[in-house]
Amino acid sequence: MNFTLHVWRQDGPEVPGGFETYEARDISEHMSFLEMLDLVNEGLTHDGHEPVAFEHDCREGICGSCGMMINGVPHGPKGMVATCQLHMRSFRDGDEIWIEPWRATAFPVLRDLAVDRGALDRIIDAGGYISVRTGSPQDANALLIRKEDADLAMDAAQCIGCGACVAACPNASAMLFTAAKVSHLGLLPQGQPERYTRVLDMVTQHDREGFGNCTNHGACQEACPKGISVDFIARLNRDLVVSTWKTAGD
Amino acid sequence: MRRVSALAHTSVGKKVLMAVTGFIWFGFLVGHMAGNLKAFTGAEHFDEYAHHLRVFGEPMVPPMGFLWTFRLLVLVAFVGHVILAWQTSRGSHAARQVAYRKQEHLSFSRASGFMRWGGVAILVFVIFHLLHMTTGQLHPDFVEGAAYANLVGGLSSPVVAGLYVLAMVAVSAHLYHGLWSLFQTVGAAHPKYHAARRPLAVAAALVIFFGFISIPVAVLTGVLTF
Ligand code: HEM
Ligand code: FES
Repeated sequence: MNFTLHVWRQDGPEVPGGFETYEARDISEHMSFLEMLDLVNEGLTHDGHEPVAFEHDCREGICGSCGMMINGVPHGPKGMVATCQLHMRSFRDGDEIWIEPWRATAFPVLRDLAVDRGALDRIIDAGGYISVRTGSPQDANALLIRKEDADLAMDAAQCIGCGACVAACPNASAMLFTAAKVSHLGLLPQGQPERYTRVLDMVTQHDREGFGNCTNHGACQEACPKGISVDFIARLNRDLVVSTWKTAGD
Repeated sequence: MRRVSALAHTSVGKKVLMAVTGFIWFGFLVGHMAGNLKAFTGAEHFDEYAHHLRVFGEPMVPPMGFLWTFRLLVLVAFVGHVILAWQTSRGSHAARQVAYRKQEHLSFSRASGFMRWGGVAILVFVIFHLLHMTTGQLHPDFVEGAAYANLVGGLSSPVVAGLYVLAMVAVSAHLYHGLWSLFQTVGAAHPKYHAARRPLAVAAALVIFFGFISIPVAVLTGVLTF
């Protein structure tokens, strides 16, 4: 297969960038999108050019580092996969493909397609933890958890922190990410002690990082490679109201 | 009060306040629409109703007391809603300064994209409407207290009547997304009644739309005359 790529190139956070056009020739339909980029990079290096910088690690959809905007859709057209799990057979031979980094003030471009997602880590720092007494381990199943709650918590815990929700959101809001993290801890007994300080601290940090305001658009849910539902945002909203009510007094 | 101002400190809290103030407005619209529909019961009835609003609760409540209390509530809700809309919109604009070259619209609600501009259109309309029907500066032959004559006279121009219909398109679209959104915002989006939210929002928006436009349409088609 052959493709024409328009790739965003930018040397660093402070320098202006622009699109460069490359031809990707003789691409196997079984290649992943990242393998296709690897091949293009080999060609660039061979010709004495800088390869395109992009983030990747696990290449199996669990680390969350490979996010990029592909033809206007985070992680590309397939849905429910990360870029590393997207195969070239999801495109048609001869397609033009526009590749851009996540665009958000809170995600400064480091180089080309790689952005700094440290803002998400700082939201976790603000409350994405539980306090437990360490010591000898508890018996398994000493803490009973409803199956429904366990399943929901697992759904929320699917979040790999890739930032696709921010990238897709017209407001560049990270509310789906924050909601997934708040929910997966808040649904379990171990997460109860900090439940109401957690939500307020994490939302406050979210706002401080310069993410936008959620307007219930729903683009995040459509873009999420793990299919995380906006219902978790409703849960976060409810916890935040309770939290504000409890902490502000009257 | 401290709880309310604490809410205004977070993005999520701001939205909750927008949902509450928006809902107050929805309540007002329902009442306003029901009042307007009294025009179909004749001039006498309608004028009596308009007068009634002004002297409601007398002598326990001073003249205009009820109306002004009500107006104040609606005004605070409106100003609050607009200020919060402005603040949150500005924050969201700042959150993405570099636009995508290509971006697909992935959202599940088209109406959500019109909240800001639709809201501004509503603001302009509300100001026009007050100067038209309440204080009369923009009305060709306004007579204080003659509610029915002002209504029919004010809407007899097709341009003005058309403007009212257009404004109701904006209001209904805003309400449609707003009412749906509201459940999500206050965290009442339980899967059990999930499916009911959209039809509910559509129904409410349609009732508001047809309820309101029935008046200008009736004036234009001669159903409502002097
Ligand atoms: C100047 C006029 C107005 C402006 C600028 C405005 C703007 C906005 C904006 C930006 C939102 C948030 C958008 C979103 O969540 O997607 C919103 C939500 C809302 N608006 Fe308005 N609006 C105006 C008037 C009104 C009126 C007259 C009503 C009542 C009929 C209303 C009812 C609502 C409701 C119920 C919401 C939902 C809040 C939520 O997201 O949960 N708005 N408005
Ligand atoms: S490289 Fe780890 S999720 Fe794609």
